Amino acid sequence: MMDAIAVAWKEWSEQIGQRGFRGYQGILLMILVFGIVLPLQNGPAWITSPIIGIAWSWVPMFLVTTVIADAIAGERERHTLETLLASCLSDRAILFGKMGAAIGYAGAVTAISLFVGLVAVNLVHRQGGLLLYGAPVVLVMCVGGVLGAVFVAAVGVLISLRAATVRQAQQTLGGAIMALLLAPLAAVRLLPTEWLSSLRPDSATYVQLGVIAAAAFALLDAGVVALATVRFRRARLIAD
Amino acid sequence: MLTSLRDHLTSPAIRTDGLSRQFGAVCALDGLSLEIPRGIIFGFLGPNGSGKTTTIRLLLGLLEATSGSAEVLGYDTRTDATAIRERSGALLEHCGLYERLNAADNLDLYGRFWQISRDHRRARIRELLSHLDLWERRDEMVAGWSRGMKQKLAIARALLHRPELVFLDEPTAGLDPIAAVTLRDDLSRLTAREGVTVFLTTHNLAEAERLCALVGVVHNGKLKVVAPPAQLNAMSETPRVEIIGAGLTEAMMEMLRAHRGVVSARADGRCLIIDLKHAADVSSVVAALVSLGYHLETVRNSAGSLEDVFHSLVEAQR
Ligand SMILES: Nc1ncnc2c1ncn2[C@@H]1O[C@H](COP(=O)(O)OP(=O)(O)O)[C@@H](O)[C@H]1O
Ligand SMILES: [Mg+2]
Repeated sequence: MMDAIAVAWKEWSEQIGQRGFRGYQGILLMILVFGIVLPLQNGPAWITSPIIGIAWSWVPMFLVTTVIADAIAGERERHTLETLLASCLSDRAILFGKMGAAIGYAGAVTAISLFVGLVAVNLVHRQGGLLLYGAPVVLVMCVGGVLGAVFVAAVGVLISLRAATVRQAQQTLGGAIMALLLAPLAAVRLLPTEWLSSLRPDSATYVQLGVIAAAAFALLDAGVVALATVRFRRARLIAD
Repeated sequence: MLTSLRDHLTSPAIRTDGLSRQFGAVCALDGLSLEIPRGIIFGFLGPNGSGKTTTIRLLLGLLEATSGSAEVLGYDTRTDATAIRERSGALLEHCGLYERLNAADNLDLYGRFWQISRDHRRARIRELLSHLDLWERRDEMVAGWSRGMKQKLAIARALLHRPELVFLDEPTAGLDPIAAVTLRDDLSRLTAREGVTVFLTTHNLAEAERLCALVGVVHNGKLKVVAPPAQLNAMSETPRVEIIGAGLTEAMMEMLRAHRGVVSARADGRCLIIDLKHAADVSSVVAALVSLGYHLETVRNSAGSLEDVFHSLVEAQR
């Protein structure tokens, strides 16, 4: 556990902290887009609309995508992987440290953006009382955000393991995520229309559906994380 | 439990038995059987592509052997590679430094991996960097450094957690001669001070001679010989004698060149260096010299250089 944290610390200081201004630039840009531009465009709805929770669930996922491809492929490309593997770190510490670093980065940027967005909307659209995110929205954001981030982190590591270069890993991951986002949409179209129209948009049904979706997603996460754990074997990483 | 602990403490640093690794049709390492005692610098000497890097990877559990077995510090590489890595340090083919971090952070990071406490980490980093004349430059990004400085820093990283054994894969490769000499000096000083066993690979004979107590010569994945450098010299295939005396004439040199038992002869001041076909020819050569009026003082066996040995071992295979 401690060594997974050490790996995550290394990822952060290498990726973000020490890259100087350029490292911060990327983060500031994300916060600008998700914390200022989008909230001001959407106005109070940015905070009060019930579907904002679902929208925000995608943000951490997207943020993880931008960094996770570098996890193994980047170290391989910069010739630091073998030395890292020759250290006392366990396979798990390296794997979870790298996944944790990406998820932590995504979580932090998301939280900051949410907070900045809240402040921005309240400042610009004063409507008497203070606008706050509703509790269900926060719940959906947290659950959806974490499930999505873990999923992309695990898939990203799996792809990064096999990729020859960071670029290749990024492209493959981009394609894979796109396919995975489109799959549920396609699945919905395959469902019998009578069943779909029999769904009543009362909140109880939505809550049930949400819980089922979250449970299915959590299972999927457990599956990919387990797969990443099995596939991450140091004696295999160098041979080919 | 206690016996197994004692076994680990008294076992040789490295013991391999028929260790082999195949890459498709290429046999990178072919039946390596070797025993390296603790506390020495062992040199694994061979030209490029002879299997040195592969051997280090196998010993650290970064590659799986196709056949054979190896024990490092008493631990089996197949079942206990984690224990091996915990007790070892490594400077591999690439120095493995993080170019976006400064020198001190590169070491600090590995100190964290080894769970060295903050205070110990700081003290140890200062100690090592000072010894390598890098302390003043600890805040510089590694990206701008020369290869020699990076190698030094990587050696500090390998020694940081006071390992029992360090692997150094061609530490001076790619350095200019002066940087290489400096690094070798630093290496022998530091490793002696730390009392650590060293497994060093090199394709440089002088380096092996200068640093190592024991040298294994490897070629095309096969171990040719293991011996101390001095003994390797004695294995030179052409016996060489040095004759010291006075009164050498051109006629004597001509006689030597014409002599059946002489491969080559040259004068170097008062010293006459003669390569013979057979060691037994020395008496007839000396007798012929004396009969021509040479004032003989000393005759001694002289070793060919390690280079000669190396080439004769490598050639023998072709
Ligand atoms: N991962 C690999 N895949 C295929 N062949 C390899 C691999 N690693 C090493 N080899 C081959 O094994 C042989 C020994 O390589 P290596 O151990 O790197 O030699 P050295 O370090 O002595 O230069 C070479 O012929 C090399 O091409
Ligand atoms: Mg090599």
